[in-house]
Amino acid sequence: MYGNDFGAPEEASGGGLLGEVEAAEAALREAAARQRRGAPASDDDLAGFFAEVVEADQKIEPRDWMPEAYRKTLIRQIAQHAHSEIIGMQPEGNWISRAPSLKRKAILLAKVQDEAGHGLYLYAAAETLGISRDELVDLLLNGRQKYSSIFNYPTLTWADVGAIGWLVDGAAIVNQVPLCRCSYGPYARAMIRICKEESFHQRQGYEILHTLSHGTPEQKAMAQDALDRWWYPSLAMFGPPDGESTHSTQSMAWKIKRFSNDELRQRFVDMCVQQAEILGLTIPDPDLRWNDERQAYDFTQPDYDELMRVISGDGPCNRQRMAHRRQAHADGAWVREAATAYAAKRAAENKEKVAA
Amino acid sequence: MSERTPFEFTLSLGDDALIAAQRLAEWTTRAPEMEEDIALANIALDQLGAARLLLTYAGELEGAGRDEDALAYLRDDRQFRNCLLVELPNGDFAVTMAKLLFLSAYQLPLYTALAECADERLAAIGSKTRKESAYHLDHASLWVKRLGDGTEESHRRMQAAVDQVWPYVAELFAADPGAPVDPATLRAEFDATVAAVLTEATLTRPETGWAPAGGRDGVHTEHLSYLLAEMQVLHRAHPGAQW
Ligand SMILES: [Fe+2]
Ligand SMILES: [Fe+2]
Repeated sequence: MYGNDFGAPEEASGGGLLGEVEAAEAALREAAARQRRGAPASDDDLAGFFAEVVEADQKIEPRDWMPEAYRKTLIRQIAQHAHSEIIGMQPEGNWISRAPSLKRKAILLAKVQDEAGHGLYLYAAAETLGISRDELVDLLLNGRQKYSSIFNYPTLTWADVGAIGWLVDGAAIVNQVPLCRCSYGPYARAMIRICKEESFHQRQGYEILHTLSHGTPEQKAMAQDALDRWWYPSLAMFGPPDGESTHSTQSMAWKIKRFSNDELRQRFVDMCVQQAEILGLTIPDPDLRWNDERQAYDFTQPDYDELMRVISGDGPCNRQRMAHRRQAHADGAWVREAATAYAAKRAAENKEKVAA
Repeated sequence: MSERTPFEFTLSLGDDALIAAQRLAEWTTRAPEMEEDIALANIALDQLGAARLLLTYAGELEGAGRDEDALAYLRDDRQFRNCLLVELPNGDFAVTMAKLLFLSAYQLPLYTALAECADERLAAIGSKTRKESAYHLDHASLWVKRLGDGTEESHRRMQAAVDQVWPYVAELFAADPGAPVDPATLRAEFDATVAAVLTEATLTRPETGWAPAGGRDGVHTEHLSYLLAEMQVLHRAHPGAQW
């Protein structure tokens, strides 16, 4: 469904990451082809078997035994990822009706539709862990599970759609490429599929900004303003710095997470600097400079206090996003009830036919 | 209505598809189910794709150098030629499904006939879009049946939606004997399709003599100007810019 009618800008971004997704996919196939050590020798061996599978970079599958904390961690992570896809449709959806050309309207509509698809694959992956989508949606709607805090910022201009594609989808890819090698099979497979689409998303965002920054002075100013507002919130997407991250160590041991928040943030900054140069836009960080010793860019950290405020509910759009989601869910209740009632009537009819 | 030129005919089909797409896309992030969000976006994308092909061709027929964006973004409501049906607000999900049922039950035979017409470009567009219309019709029919024969509330809402939207159907079939496809010739097939769906859905067709029209002549409802104001605002704020 994704329109390919946008040309690749020269030096299009994200190519290296797409290569990593493909490598992860190949590794997944190899791991599947390698004999797994059969099954646990006995019930006493369950934990040992689990540890060996993880150690050997094999995949844990839904029917395998797994530690309860592993299951819970995965459910939380996959669900929050799914919620982010669904809530994330709102800021960009905000510009579908006003997209400035029919081609851009089509690309944006297809992109937002892709995000709904990502939400669905991820809810399905979470369901393999023994929880239903309805339960997860309730956890989102009653505020007990979160979504990525980035979507609590407003999209004020068309350039924000470009900035979200370039930076937010870009940060999502950097975060998610390692998840293509996650130890839980259904999640790893969902991530491979999603990362491939995210790389198109990143490219279309980059292309929007490229067009704007090479357009009229007003368009270029719009692009710079969007970068100014989205840069630090995008850096904050990688989470708190390593010293303060609560879930990291255990997730690393389970091979759910493979790189630390700070490692991923650095990778993202290093990737963006050159791309911003090609765009002719200025990253709003006076202290951004190449560090020869570290072979990486030094940069200013995002405001983590702001991140905590947004996570706890006080971002510019938290209330708006949740109210929108709850409203859509409530408005649709009578439709879902009707579909259930209709299906029940048809099932009853079929039963009668079979009985007759 | 005087006989329309091939430009006006093509423009009217393109405008139908464009305005339908704009309304359907309003559902994004608001649909009753996530699967339905995706389905409505699909249908909106199909309509938008058809609009782009038709408006591009209309611009060529006119020969004044207007492309799809000039036609979509730089005309006022009095220059739009879409039927009133597509510009009506979405209402609740039942109203949207009633609109989609009637639109797709009209577009399917229209595009099918267009696929056989003498104009090669219109024929190519028709043979692509008729497959999409068949899917739209299936989707709308299924929902009209579910809602009509679902719960008491959904039945009430679906019947109210049919009653509200039905009068706008007449305009779709106004005779245009000179056109590549005369819409009047499509009416019998439309009636048969819709009657079968409504019967299965336990719904009735309202008796009414009211037949609002004017869209094909650029005399619209009050709703279209607002829709265009939103759709065109950014494009018009930057005259001549590339996007
Ligand atoms: Fe996504
Ligand atoms: Fe995305």
